[in-house]
Amino acid sequence: MRSSNRVLPASEVLVSLEQVTCAYGSTPVLVDVDLAITAHQFTGVVGPSGSGKSTLLKVLLGAIRPVSGSVERSNGLRVGYVPQVEAVDWSFPITVAQCVLMARTHGRVLPWPNRAEQREVAEVLGRLGIDQLADRHIRDLSGGQQQRVFIARALLGRPQLLLMDEPTSGVDVATRHEVLHLLDDLHHDGLAVLLTTHDLNGMAAHLPHLVCLNTRIIGHGAPRDVLTADVLERTYGARMEILEHAGMPVVLDGYESAGNIVTLGRRFDRVTA
Amino acid sequence: MSELLRPLEFEFFRNGLIVATFAGALCGLVGVYVVLKGMSYIGHGLSHAIFGGFAASSLLGINIVLGAGVWGLASALMINAVTRRRLIGADAAIGVITTASFALGLAMFAIFGRAGRSFDAALFGSILGVGTEDVLAIIAVTLLVVTVVFFGYRKLLFTTFDPDVAQASGVKTARVDAMLMAVLALSILATMQVLGVTLVAATLVIPATVARMLTNSFSRMLFSATGIGAFTGFVGMNLSYHLDVQSGPAIVLVGAGLFVLVFTATGIQGRRRTAGFDHHGSAALPQPRRLGRTTA
Repeated sequence: MRSSNRVLPASEVLVSLEQVTCAYGSTPVLVDVDLAITAHQFTGVVGPSGSGKSTLLKVLLGAIRPVSGSVERSNGLRVGYVPQVEAVDWSFPITVAQCVLMARTHGRVLPWPNRAEQREVAEVLGRLGIDQLADRHIRDLSGGQQQRVFIARALLGRPQLLLMDEPTSGVDVATRHEVLHLLDDLHHDGLAVLLTTHDLNGMAAHLPHLVCLNTRIIGHGAPRDVLTADVLERTYGARMEILEHAGMPVVLDGYESAGNIVTLGRRFDRVTA
Repeated sequence: MSELLRPLEFEFFRNGLIVATFAGALCGLVGVYVVLKGMSYIGHGLSHAIFGGFAASSLLGINIVLGAGVWGLASALMINAVTRRRLIGADAAIGVITTASFALGLAMFAIFGRAGRSFDAALFGSILGVGTEDVLAIIAVTLLVVTVVFFGYRKLLFTTFDPDVAQASGVKTARVDAMLMAVLALSILATMQVLGVTLVAATLVIPATVARMLTNSFSRMLFSATGIGAFTGFVGMNLSYHLDVQSGPAIVLVGAGLFVLVFTATGIQGRRRTAGFDHHGSAALPQPRRLGRTTA
């Protein structure tokens, strides 16, 4: 059973999608999606490439309007967005502090930050433990630090909901752990988090709530209820086997689990033997 | 020394020197965005496209600045639209639109036979015929572009670095991109006389590239590129006089020399600076846990 050491207010709905359908040209990307994101929720969206995960993020962000259906957002909702680290131009001449301040395009027109903005940037960098890196170039950081810079940029807008596109794509195991712990801390501080991921075992299985998406929502709920052979087959179109380890589901590629274990390179061994 | 200062006695040289210095600074400043957005080829193509407008307006007897300006702006917006829609490869679209415009200009000059000083000047740049109105024009354009960059700094930076997130954050990136293209077209137009359409692209790219090698800060890169551009314009124009070379090639060669110098000098230092940052990730992290327990 899950424990709770905090008393939370009744969950306020931040964004809700009703029968949302999105399309690029005549190709539907999302079909009849119903989804409600509540305050303090921590959700992972899983699904194969092209299943509409990134589109779903953009709909929640308000960057894409659906073809049909409705998107309701709570009054004055502030949403932070963290792009895929792989999509960032790391050679761009920008320091950590400049990168974080970049998102502040409204309010002040002058190029340089005023004192209040400098203080805000210092605060958010301090909160993420990277204040000593403010003047570093963004390339000269570890993977986890790079991820923190873009989370800091999103946090500068004081969001209630943080959207992240594949936060652990292309990062090593240590960085993945670092990002997971950081997100857990932010969530614990009251931030709703929704992220997309390809990583079923390393990421999705650790989250409290999952949505399986393949153009339509195939299933949602706790990992134990969603990471099942049936839901995953309907999501990914491939058979998988689910084991349990330390109370958490572990997804195995069905090909190996069906006994088709293949060791590659044997033919060459035979030739040389 | 007196030999070096002697050309300053001539009004045309003083005018040319002011125009070249401002042209270098202007292209240096705009070039930062051109280089960082990966638009170097657009700059190259756009300058060639403007040549078509230059030819048409000079043959039709229309004001050259106005004719080439409208033509250049139309080409810039057309390239921008094609690039944004991603219908065909952007490089192919730019290649078609701009080289066709350049070829049209060359063909018009060949058929109607007006090739001469202004034709050469448009292609390679010339100090001759730079009048007071050219000086005023380049100063006005430089002030306008500086104003645009100053007040649009935050939105331009966000759009240049991260267009998708900028758009998602409420920045009207299409408008910012169109404005940047208009600024680029205007800058090429204002500097064409001294730099020549075939060489404008180099003055856009070289100062920004040299500045990038010298700094990791965006704001410092803007200042450095502008200063480097002004320096190459000033020195190049002087060399142009003393070596009797067209102003465009002289300015570009000074820039290229500076590039080689800085590239060589920062090569060792740059490698040293980035050494040790290859290791990504952090050690000794606790084991993963199930998240969201406290609030779920």
